[in-house]
Amino acid sequence: MKLKKGDRISPLVKNLPPSGIRKFFDLVANTKGVISLGVGEPDFVTPWHIREACFYSLEQGYTMYTSNWGMPELRKEISNFLYKRYNLEYNPDNEIIVTVGASEAVDLALRTIITPGDEVLIPEPSYVSYKPCAVLAGAKPVVVQTSYKDEFKLKEEELNKKINSKTKALVLCYPNNPTGAIMEKKDLEGIARTAVKNDLIVISDEIYSELTYNGNHVSIASFPRMRDRTIVINGFSKAWAMTGWRIGFAAGPRDIIEAMVKIHQYTILCAPVMSQMAALEALRNGGEEVEKMVKQYNQRRRFVVSKLREMGLECFEPKGAFYVFPSIKITGMTSESFAEELLKQEKVAVVPGTAFGESGEGHIRISYAASLKNLTKALDRMAYFIENLTKNKMVMDKVMES
Amino acid sequence: MRKEILELLETDSKLTPYQIATMLGIDKSKVEKEIEAMEEEGIILQYSTLINWEKAGVEQVSALIDVKVTPQRGVGFDDIAERIYRFPEVRSVMLMSGSYDLSVEVTGRNIKEVAQFVSQKLATLEHVQSTMTHFVLKRYKQQGVILENKEKDRRQVISP
Ligand SMILES: Cc1ncc(COP(=O)(O)O)c(C=O)c1O
Repeated sequence: MKLKKGDRISPLVKNLPPSGIRKFFDLVANTKGVISLGVGEPDFVTPWHIREACFYSLEQGYTMYTSNWGMPELRKEISNFLYKRYNLEYNPDNEIIVTVGASEAVDLALRTIITPGDEVLIPEPSYVSYKPCAVLAGAKPVVVQTSYKDEFKLKEEELNKKINSKTKALVLCYPNNPTGAIMEKKDLEGIARTAVKNDLIVISDEIYSELTYNGNHVSIASFPRMRDRTIVINGFSKAWAMTGWRIGFAAGPRDIIEAMVKIHQYTILCAPVMSQMAALEALRNGGEEVEKMVKQYNQRRRFVVSKLREMGLECFEPKGAFYVFPSIKITGMTSESFAEELLKQEKVAVVPGTAFGESGEGHIRISYAASLKNLTKALDRMAYFIENLTKNKMVMDKVMES
Repeated sequence: MRKEILELLETDSKLTPYQIATMLGIDKSKVEKEIEAMEEEGIILQYSTLINWEKAGVEQVSALIDVKVTPQRGVGFDDIAERIYRFPEVRSVMLMSGSYDLSVEVTGRNIKEVAQFVSQKLATLEHVQSTMTHFVLKRYKQQGVILENKEKDRRQVISP
């Protein structure tokens, strides 16, 4: 008997919720003249010397498969980078894998450690891929809320409330997308303690680690007894403006990385060699360009925060990534209707906080990976929008009174 | 702090002290004071606009002229350089290492105008030994800015 169309798709996939961003994306794509502050990738193009290194590698005939683990030279540079920047020591021979973006590394990490039925803790608001990847790996994602009053840092107490005998792993993402929150050394101490006490594996997505504006990033893997239970995930997309190259990496204890390579060798084989060559150049000679970009992000960050506060929006100072996550509660609107109205009336696109989990309600994500000119224009429009809202609200209140 | 203010102004001289102050996380009054001081000290010379004159439809030719001169006792090249940079046709004058001494940029409405300036004014100056004129055919990049930048925002309008 032939399968009905609807039955061809596995229930696991069928029941995955659609991306919260998709609907909004269509709305924005169909509106003309929009300034988008909804983009989760750098507005910079990959630095020229990196692009140039890729051309050269193609001229030299680098068009083949590489080792499943990634090119040895690249792994060595990654190892140096992790040591120099975050004081993490990983053996390039068997503790580092080069992946197709941090995205693949997240998927590999979860599939490698999950036994069906395991629970995975995911702090929210959060980047959108952890939950679906956990589900696809057979795990049950368990949300841990973070909140505005804690500047969206993960709190030990909240974490402890969600831990039980089935809890296998915790996903951390700091500096955070969408909130811009970071976890400093003192913030991570309790989390590390809890992980050790409950024998949790930590998957630490540190893709924004180079984009911090108040001191250097600290990796949870650098804490005592954490190295052996942490999978550090990072990549080139954000700091080196290399999103389209699809290149990232994971570092961790040998047994886990080896197991990740096992999946990777059958499903991906290896990351594209031209992207690996570009990544090599990025690590060897890209520091100065990264510094320049970070400087600009920082200037825009201060500018955006001060503009938002001038509008009367509450907004904590984000210290990492390139997002601001202001509260729009004073408008009395939901995140989604705020974003939709702002788009319709003023043609400014932001992402409703709820796209990143329920606890994002009452917030919007603003990306400052946009030119200062566009930021200025967009924020002026937004200020006008909010001013009108409050005016209308006052009129409405008056009408209600009489 | 001065360097940071200057870097911002160099790319956009329209930035207000208030904008600069917020971007650098310092006081507006401090920015104003620094800018004023730097104007006075001759560090900030001018707030100008970079223009693609060709696109604006304005006819203009430029030439770079390699000038060999005889340096003079006591003043070296400075005196002759001054004689040259006083002419309004001259856009820039630089002392160079290598096979000639001064690099002089001259603009005019057309080739004839520039050629006349070189043959009648520049080459006839005392101490000028020789000149070699190179006309500019096309400008690609100026003051760090690509004139016809083909790189545009190609990103998706919304992404996670
Ligand atoms: C937190 C986070 N992790 C991972 C990714 C994906 O990174 P990559 O391009 O390396 O796959 C993103 C991209 O937006 C992100 O924000």
